[in-house]
Order: sequence, then C-alpha cells, then structure tokens
Amino acid sequence: MIEWEGFKGIKWQKSIDVQNFIESNYKEYTSDDKFLTGKTKRTEKVWNKCKKLLNKEAISGVLDVETFIMSGIDNFNPGYIDRSNEVIVGLQTDEPLKRIVNPYGGLRMVKKSLEAYGYHLDKELEQNFKEFRKTHNDGVFDAYTDEIKCARHNHLITGLPDAYGRGRIIGDYRRLALYGADFLIEQKKLDLSKFNNISDVSVIQLREDISEQIKALEEIKKMASRYGFDVSHPASNAKEAIQWTYFAYLAAVKQNNGAATSIGRNTTFFDIYIERDIQRGLLTELEAQELIDQYVIKLRFVRHLRTPEYNELFAGDPTWVTESIGGMFDDFRSLVTKTSYRILNTLNNIGSSAEPNLTILWSSKLPENFKKYACRMSIKTHTLQFENDDLMRPIYGNDYAISCCVSAMSIGHQTQLFGARINFVKVLLYALNGGRDEITGELVIDGIDQINDEYLDCEEVLKLFDKVLKKTVKIYVDALNIIHYMHDKYAYESSQMAFLDTNPEYLMAFGLAGLSIVVDSFSAIQVGHVRVKRDDRGLTTAFDTEFDFPRYGNNNNIVDSIATNLVKRVYNELKKYPLYKKAIPTLSILTITSNVVYGKHTGATPDGRKAKAPFSPGANPTQGADKSGALASLSSVAKIPYKNCCQDGISNTFSISPDALGKDEEVRVSNLIKILDGYFTSGAQHLNVNVLNKEILIDAMNNPSKYPSLTIRVSGYAVNFNSLTREQQEEVISRTFHEKI
Amino acid sequence: MKKFKKGFIHSIETMGLVDGPGIRVVIFMQGCCLRCLFCHNPDTWIPISNLEISSKEVVDEIRKYRPYIELGGGVTFSGGEPLFQSEFLLEILKLCKKAEIHTCIDTSGTGYNKKYLDEILKYTDLVILDIKAIDQENYKKITGKSMDMFNYFKDKLIENNNKVWLRQVIVPTINDNDDYILKLKEYIKQFKNVEKVELLAYHTMGVDKYKKLHLKYKLKDVESLTKEKLQELEKLL
Repeated sequence: MIEWEGFKGIKWQKSIDVQNFIESNYKEYTSDDKFLTGKTKRTEKVWNKCKKLLNKEAISGVLDVETFIMSGIDNFNPGYIDRSNEVIVGLQTDEPLKRIVNPYGGLRMVKKSLEAYGYHLDKELEQNFKEFRKTHNDGVFDAYTDEIKCARHNHLITGLPDAYGRGRIIGDYRRLALYGADFLIEQKKLDLSKFNNISDVSVIQLREDISEQIKALEEIKKMASRYGFDVSHPASNAKEAIQWTYFAYLAAVKQNNGAATSIGRNTTFFDIYIERDIQRGLLTELEAQELIDQYVIKLRFVRHLRTPEYNELFAGDPTWVTESIGGMFDDFRSLVTKTSYRILNTLNNIGSSAEPNLTILWSSKLPENFKKYACRMSIKTHTLQFENDDLMRPIYGNDYAISCCVSAMSIGHQTQLFGARINFVKVLLYALNGGRDEITGELVIDGIDQINDEYLDCEEVLKLFDKVLKKTVKIYVDALNIIHYMHDKYAYESSQMAFLDTNPEYLMAFGLAGLSIVVDSFSAIQVGHVRVKRDDRGLTTAFDTEFDFPRYGNNNNIVDSIATNLVKRVYNELKKYPLYKKAIPTLSILTITSNVVYGKHTGATPDGRKAKAPFSPGANPTQGADKSGALASLSSVAKIPYKNCCQDGISNTFSISPDALGKDEEVRVSNLIKILDGYFTSGAQHLNVNVLNKEILIDAMNNPSKYPSLTIRVSGYAVNFNSLTREQQEEVISRTFHEKI
Repeated sequence: MKKFKKGFIHSIETMGLVDGPGIRVVIFMQGCCLRCLFCHNPDTWIPISNLEISSKEVVDEIRKYRPYIELGGGVTFSGGEPLFQSEFLLEILKLCKKAEIHTCIDTSGTGYNKKYLDEILKYTDLVILDIKAIDQENYKKITGKSMDMFNYFKDKLIENNNKVWLRQVIVPTINDNDDYILKLKEYIKQFKNVEKVELLAYHTMGVDKYKKLHLKYKLKDVESLTKEKLQELEKLL
C-alpha cells in the first residue's frame, strides 16, 4: 500500500496490530529539548480566537447548546474555529464549544442540564424521543432492586453511571490512521461471519454490536468527508495520521458523553509519521510542532452538557482527554520520541491547561533528559500527572494507556465498565448503626446487630463491618451488572467499540472513597479508646478518643497495614461474583473532586472527623494527619497493593512549596526526579504533583481575577482553580503542603 | 545482643531537600548550648525530649527511605545541635556507614564532647557548618557563648579535610551589610574542601514557638530579610 511506503515490519500489515507497527518503526529520542520550537502564526491566530471563546464561556458556564439535533457521529454540519488557519479540523458540532444534547443516557438529566443554563430542548424532538425511544436511565431503573435504590439515595453507593455516559472506553483511534476505515470494516465483517452459532444471547448481542460498529465506521467516513477528507484509506502523512486519529476520537465525543473519554497513547505513533515526513523533506520542525499544537487545541475544546450536581462532583468541566506519554518499550529502550517533547511543549506554546490530561508513564529507566523536561514542565505548569510504568507494563504490555485518571488498559484489547465508587466511610458507620444510615436513619443494610455500648470494641466493630461490607458489595455488583447491560442496550458506544477488538477483555472498575478516614477510625478504635455519642434515634453523632492514635500517612506499619488489609477485604468480596461480560473486577482508590460532596453526606467518624467534613482525595492521608514529612506520607500510600487488588488505580496528590523542593530550578528538577524515582521504585502507582505555595491558592481564592489561568492537579486530573467551588478550593488549601522547615 | 545507646530526638523530617545533596531524611536532635538570637528552633534547646530512642531505631527509621535517599541523598543530623549528644551521634553515624548511607551533620561546631570529635568527623561525609559570626565579640553577642569551641571545631575540620558547606544567616541590622560579607569572603578562605557557601535569610517563622515556650524573643523588632537583599549580598561572595 502506497501509504505504508517506508514503514518496516510485516505482522501489522496482515492484521490489526498497532503495537507491532510502533515496535517496528519508532525511533527513540534520548537527547534534550533544544530542538523544540515556538508556535506558528497560524496556531497563534487560531489560539487567539480560542482564548476569546473560552473567556466568553467562562462567564456563562456554557457557550451554546445545540437543541434541535441530537448526539450522533454524523448529525452535525462541519464546524471550524478559524478555518483558514486550522491545520487539524473537526468539532463536535457546527460551532466551537457548542454542546451536544445526548438523551440516550437519560432524558431527565438532559432537561435538567439545559434548564440550568437557560436552554430548552426542541419540543418536537423531545416528544418524538419520549414516544419512540427508551433511555439507558429508564432501563436501569426498570431493573434496579429496592436495595440498590436505597443504597443509592443514602449515598452509600454513589456517582453511578446510570444517567450519564459511562465513558472510560479508549478506542484505539490510531487504527483509523494506520489502516483506514475500509480495512477496519473488512475485519469487522470477517469477525461477524465467525459468530454464526447462535448458542445463547451473548452471541446475538455480539452480532448486533459488530453490525453497529460497522455502521459507525461508515458514518465516520461520511463525517470526515464533510471536512473534505477520505478516511476510507490509511493516512499517508503526519498531518493525515493526526487528523484521522482525531476524527476517530471526535466520533466518540459526538456520539457519547462518557464521563471520561480518554484518547489513548498517540505521541509515539504520530512520531513515526512525523519522522518519515521530515526525512522526505515534507515537514519542518516548526510544522511538526504546529500539528501537535493544533491537535491539542482540538482536545482542549471537547465539551459535554452536564448538570450542576454533576459539576459539584467533578468540578471544572473535566473531560479527561487523557493522553499517555513516555513509558518503556522494554527494560532497555523507552518509547520516548521527539513528539513526547512536542506535546509537553504545547504548554509553552499555547499556555497551561487542564486538558488534555497529560500523563507521564514514568520509569526510573526513562532517558534522563526526558525526565528533566517532564519535571521542569510539571513544576512550571502543575498540569502533569505521573504513573508507574514499571508497575503497569508487566501487567498490560507496553501499549497500554491511562483512561480518566489512573485506570490502565491495554489499548484496543481491553476496555472498562466504569463503576464509580462506594462511600467506604458509610460502610463503617453502618456497622456502628445497625445497618442504618447515620443521617437519614433509614435501614439500608439489614441483619446488622445494633451496638449500644458507650465504648467501641474493635473486634466487634470489625465483625459487623465485614457483614455490612459483604452486603454492600453484593448490592454494588448487582447495580453495575444492571447498568452495563442497559448501557450496552440503550446507549451503546459503537464508534468507540469499532476501534476495539471484537471480543475485548472487560475490566469492571469498582472504587472506594474515604479510605484514609476508615483506616484512621480503625486505628482510633483499636488504641484510642473511642467513646460514642448517639442521638435519640440511637444514631452516632460524635466520637471522642481518650488516647492519641497513629494515623495513616506517617509510614507507620501498623496503621498502614490496616489500609492494605481493608482494600484486600473489599477485593476478595468483589471476586466472588460473576460479572457482566465475564468482566474481571478491578478496584480504585480515587475520588476525583467528589471527596467534598461525599463528605457532605457523611456523619462524624471515630477518627475525629466532624460530620459533613470533606474526605481526603483518593488514597491521600487525611488532610493534616501526615505529620512525619513527605516521604513518610508517600511511603504509606505506596504500600497499598496495586497488582491483583487496586488495579484500577491508587491516586495520590502531592503538593510542595517551591522553596521546600530546592533552591533553584535545576535543584528542584533534580529533586522531583528523585522523588518520583523513589516513590515508584517503592511500588506506588500514581502521583499528581503541585509545586506551589499555599499562599498563592489562598490569594487566588479571594482574588480570582488575578489568576485567570491557574491550573492545579486535583485527584486524577488538572483543573482551573477558579472553576472549583469555594468548598472545593478550601479543601484543596487544607491539604498537607510540604513546606520547608 | 548488642546494647544500643539511647538519645533524645526532637523530630524527624522524612523529606529534606535543602540540607545537603539530594533527598535527605533530617533527624532533628535535641539539645543545644548556644542561644542564638535568631534561633527558630528554641524547642530543641533543652537536652531532653519525649522521644528517647536508640541509635539502631534511628537508623532503622532512616533505612525505610532507602529508595529515595540512595539516589544521591542520605541523612542529615540537625537540631538542636547534633554534636550535643556526641557519643550517641557517633554510634548512629557508624551504623549509617555500615548501611552505606551518606551522612551529613548540620552543626554550629559547638557542644561536642572532644573525645568523640575525630571519629565523628571520620564518619561524616559532609559537614554543613553554620558560621554565626567571624569575631569573638559578635559571636558572643549573637550566641551568648565564647567562640573558642567553634574555633577548635573549625581547626579540626580543616585538619581532617572534611567536605563542607558553609552557611551564614543574614540578619537585618546585624550583618546585612557589604562590609560584613566582604570580610566573610576573606574569612572563609581558610577552609579547604568547600563545596558551597550559602547565605540564609533571617525569617520570623520561629517567633510563635517562643510564645508557646514563654521565652522572650530578642529580635522582635527585626523584620525578615528580603529575597532581593539576599541576592544582592550573594553577588558579593
């Protein structure tokens, strides 16, 4: 094929195998960042228009919504930001930042979101949809048990994707660039012909799915042709490779509104095309940077329509266009290319930004120069997250990517059934309250003995805790099985599934929120001599501890082993149940910004936390509890087991003042590299890094106009600080900042 | 079984990034015989604390952070005055060397027991020496003590050819002038093996501790030194 001229390798030409293509053709880059360039005039013009649009959007929250047309791959006219200067094209709708209505997840959610911003759905559209179409949300509630509904509205199980797109799927969008749509359609047709034995429902479902995927690929061709491109054949140069890949992704965010729709791991793939073009004399470095800058501009413009409640959970309008960068090919060679630098350089060229969610797959063996550059950009922009490639690569192979914040999956071969999280703190509180919710008083988990003692007995609490946990996990599993069955039925993501293997491995992602509080509470119960105060309903309202007790986050093996023990208990329970699509259960310790809302709905806890106070984010120690310095805090988190337990990710956010990190930039960079090397060598999985002074955040909270583009890492993503609610800002500020003493 | 010496620790900062090279566990030891006007750790002055632990326990704690500190970092003993518990310190230093941990003492060069000094210097990879003043009169004014003990330490340091970082706290109205810095520049020429000379800006972050301890803060009218002034003085060195 003419498009493949100059590429090496055979295996990837015979069947879909992007990894083999990369392996056969990529060129590792180990030198420094001196080759990088600034932005072109064209990029500058496009970005200036973007800035104006973003400012306008910031005022109203939503710039515009398309209320006459519904979501779909090819339902919108082509849209442009600045047509004559755009090198990479394609928008979700016909106008930049105009949001899509996606009623397949649930109509009520759509109406609520529209109303919040002063829009109304076209009457006829609404009528017709209501009359002829059932939604994912309808389906889920038809099947939900009373137990699930009760656990849900008491906030024991929260954030479930039962009214919005589940997301977390990463299509291997590179496939469109490497093979073209026609080849992919051919392969899918071949797959369809293989599943002829209609032995059970799953085969029927699969055949229907494959047919939907083929239709989606046809639609992607049509959508691209509106922009003047023929994606039926493979991309023939770097510009097309990036454009095709982006079209494939664009189809996903036109069709669906998944909470996190990450884009995968593309820089090394793009680099192969860029290198070929440069060798052929078709592209200069400046033009290569232009392609990446403009690709990133497009990723910064992805939007979904959300309700205000959703924004409270996940602040700052995140879309988690996570792009995974770096990592090792094997023990000797990294996957770092010049384009790994180019994508980080976009933060210089078009300023820092929360999206795309730039994720460095870190290994102590990465080229030293790249480590330096990544750390320098992290210190400068507080927008990068780091994840442990040496931990994940042996599990997922070297062509995996991070979805959302911390969820790894092998690209094209695995996908995820997202499941939000349980409020782990409530599991403990229900054990102390006979299965009743500590706030509503409703009986959520039955068959739990009521404790009436004044002082808590650790053994007794643990016994009841286990009982509550067992029942909670069962309810949680039931809910997720229902949700994903209905999601496939009523809001199937055919455009994304088209870029996955026909029979991918499914990971069902469960999660916990509030781990540090449960751990500290058990430590308090064990050694602190905890006395309970109850109201006239017999529900716990406050706890006093008579003795000091050790807390998670101080590298104290006794307390830290409580954390390990707890997550293992949860995972062992999860393993007991058969899951939809024969999925493998995974578990995350991740909250995103929802730790504030979860806290709000949760009563006082034995560790001394007051009712309604926020949880700490992700797997972080409780705010202020980690008193033994940063390494102790990091070491505690690093002990939580990833492999075969919390394999959906363990999020940790680390904030340090610049002065504490080192005297000058060079020392700071070198120290940050050592912190990351040490942390990941200890087996940890994820770290958000913020190098900034607390005073700046306090000032920004009080004078937002002074800091229009202050971006910080929260739990698993970056966010514009101004877009957080006051409560969330206060919580971020209350976190432990490691400062110079 | 070997019986390990016990000593008093004020606290442990697990991630020190400015007191010596690389990432360092900083052990703040209890006790100091100087009473420097600008001291920001007055809670370490008295010789005992609530944290009495053995030399082995200290080293076990340090070893927990091996993945971080073995990358060009190590342990720094600070305080208080680490030399104040000379025998205890020496035993820890020996254990650290055995465990191949890079050692550093952050010291004023006083408060030691002469008997152990040579060995301490032998087991120390880097000495961060805090110069309080360069003449008897000012030394006394700032620390409340004679300069003799410091001078003896200084000579030992030079004799042993230890690697040193020299530090000088710059306090407004006391030594924040060009004249002093130029004299300091001359003074430090006698040291050999100097890797770094650092001027540290006086700050008022320790003031609250004095209130808590019901101690009088003698520099209460002196403001923190500005970054700009510090940079200006640094240029003279």
